[in-house]
Amino acid sequence: MYTQDPSFWKAGAIATTLFMSAVLVALTIDTLRQISPGGPRVPSYDVINKAVTYEYDPNQGGYVPKIGAEDLIFGRKYSGDQAAALLAKGKLVIQSRACIDCHTFFGNGAYYAPDLTRAWMDPIWARYPGPKRADRLAKFLMSPLRLGARPMPNLHLQRDEAEAVVAYLKWMSSVDTNGFPDRFGAPATQ
Amino acid sequence: MYRSQRLGLKYLTASTVMFGAMIAFGLLSSVYYILPGFLLNVFNFSTGKIIHIDGLVIWLLMGFIGSIYWFLPEELDREVEGIGLAELLFWVFCAAVAVVVLVFIFVQYGTAGEWSMWFINQGRKYVEAPRWAAIGIVVVALVFAYNVIATTIKARRTTGILTVLIADLVPLLVLYFDAFPEMTNMSQDLFWWWWLVHLWVEATWEVLIGCILAWTLIHLVGASRRVVESWLYVEVAMVLGTGILGLGHHYFWIGTPRYWLAIGGVFSAFEPLPLLGMVVHAVYDAGTHHLQAANRPAFYWTLAEAFGNFIGGGVWGFMMTLPQINMYSHGTQWTASHGHFAFWGAYGCGVIAVFYLALAKSRGCDGLDGRAWKWSFALLNVGMLGMVGALLVAGIDQAFFERAIGGSTWSAYLSMQGRPWFIESMWARFVFGLVFACGYAVLVYDLIAIGRREEAGVQEAVAVAGS
Repeated sequence: MYTQDPSFWKAGAIATTLFMSAVLVALTIDTLRQISPGGPRVPSYDVINKAVTYEYDPNQGGYVPKIGAEDLIFGRKYSGDQAAALLAKGKLVIQSRACIDCHTFFGNGAYYAPDLTRAWMDPIWARYPGPKRADRLAKFLMSPLRLGARPMPNLHLQRDEAEAVVAYLKWMSSVDTNGFPDRFGAPATQ
Repeated sequence: MYRSQRLGLKYLTASTVMFGAMIAFGLLSSVYYILPGFLLNVFNFSTGKIIHIDGLVIWLLMGFIGSIYWFLPEELDREVEGIGLAELLFWVFCAAVAVVVLVFIFVQYGTAGEWSMWFINQGRKYVEAPRWAAIGIVVVALVFAYNVIATTIKARRTTGILTVLIADLVPLLVLYFDAFPEMTNMSQDLFWWWWLVHLWVEATWEVLIGCILAWTLIHLVGASRRVVESWLYVEVAMVLGTGILGLGHHYFWIGTPRYWLAIGGVFSAFEPLPLLGMVVHAVYDAGTHHLQAANRPAFYWTLAEAFGNFIGGGVWGFMMTLPQINMYSHGTQWTASHGHFAFWGAYGCGVIAVFYLALAKSRGCDGLDGRAWKWSFALLNVGMLGMVGALLVAGIDQAFFERAIGGSTWSAYLSMQGRPWFIESMWARFVFGLVFACGYAVLVYDLIAIGRREEAGVQEAVAVAGS
């Protein structure tokens, strides 16, 4: 019988693999278009000059980031190129300190420390001293304080490195993640 | 024995050493959860975790490579082409792994610059190894692929299993190039990173271990090649048919479009099917042989692999993968529970099975049995199940109280880490981790000792016959 012939199953394996691979390639092309900076789901890097909040959207049935009016960090307005350079540096700081091996980004990483997807707008920063949220975060990154059961190590970030990471976290909080994390706490007021 | 088989044994031995390193740093990492502030600023959690998870990748890769160097010459009845180069690269590979581990331990991290990426730590989960070492892995993989393909060409024949293996080596190698990029956009970075992690672990590695297990079944219980190869093709069709788009379950929350929720959910639901097929096959084989085989440890570890792959990979994965659940389970200890169970069941048990199979032949035994392997089998599996259960409780606790009720803020996370259920689970994970480590110690003893008496007997008989 043909089903007892391995070549029958071989043809099935090849056909299935090729078909699924083709579908994946097509979806990848569309996805990359949508998640490029400035695309429908991922804001351009100069969004760091704007206010970012996370609000319930009844049409989507979940929470989505909202981009608001101008809200500068560290007292300056970044051009598109400057913002891209700053965020590239921020990402390099994040990789060099292996942040993802304690924290999660969009829920991916290690589970020893809090998720950083919406860290920029976390209410916890209201408790820290400093004139603006960005300054409080930068100060925390340079000399971390003990947070409950999880003390964060001092990873010796310089001021410019800390500012780059803060800008990165602000940009990341503006990405549309299909409502993850659900019901994230209301953003702290500055 | 062929030179390639001796190399296979060296790889399996190195793999077992890395298995030990992975356990040691896993145990160390578990201590941080029960002793807040442990080794803070001296040896941070992240460093221990990096060596734990990278050690996992390396011990399994070495195990796969060793298994294939073991089976390949028997499959084609000839020595492997380029075996001298392969032997040289084995030592280069081991030295490179040692240097990377030492840099992780003593340097730990660098400043934001290319130097850190090339020589200290790339800071991307599972592929933290600096670029020079990642290039080294590519070189080892290229030589390995050359060994397999050139030997097949020289032999002027191939088999179904070998054809699948060669076809699988291509994506296995190509996907690894994803270990190098440094992208600013986290959404795109994670998009491609999952091509590497998911399509390795839930697609190409599954096919690779399928090939290795196909050979194992032929050598272990004399399974019919025709049946085994048909099953292998069915498995490839099902694993890649569900696993390629099953990639979508990692694209729920990283900024990727909404259609991935449906695609990822549906195909993930199908992903356990091929693993269930393996269980059916294993039960059939076990029943046919009345749970008896000459090489009992290899036989039992093969059964553990089939069940572990299905339950740990399939059931545990499906349990947390539908987007409606994953919204809350994603990024909690629930994921760690699934990860431990799946890697152990899908790959760890299989590598151990091949090692026992190889030892029987290398020590001149028709079969292997004893008491020690049963102890290690029990301790390792009980230890793993205990860790998996403890992490599951902690993860579900997080999903409900930190995520669904607490709203996922830093305060919700931090207060969760102090809840009694969570802390008790972390203690339980540590204790079962110790049980697992005891199982590893007995395993190492058994791998060194098993079959030695028979080997001595064979040598004595040869000496008597010679005189």
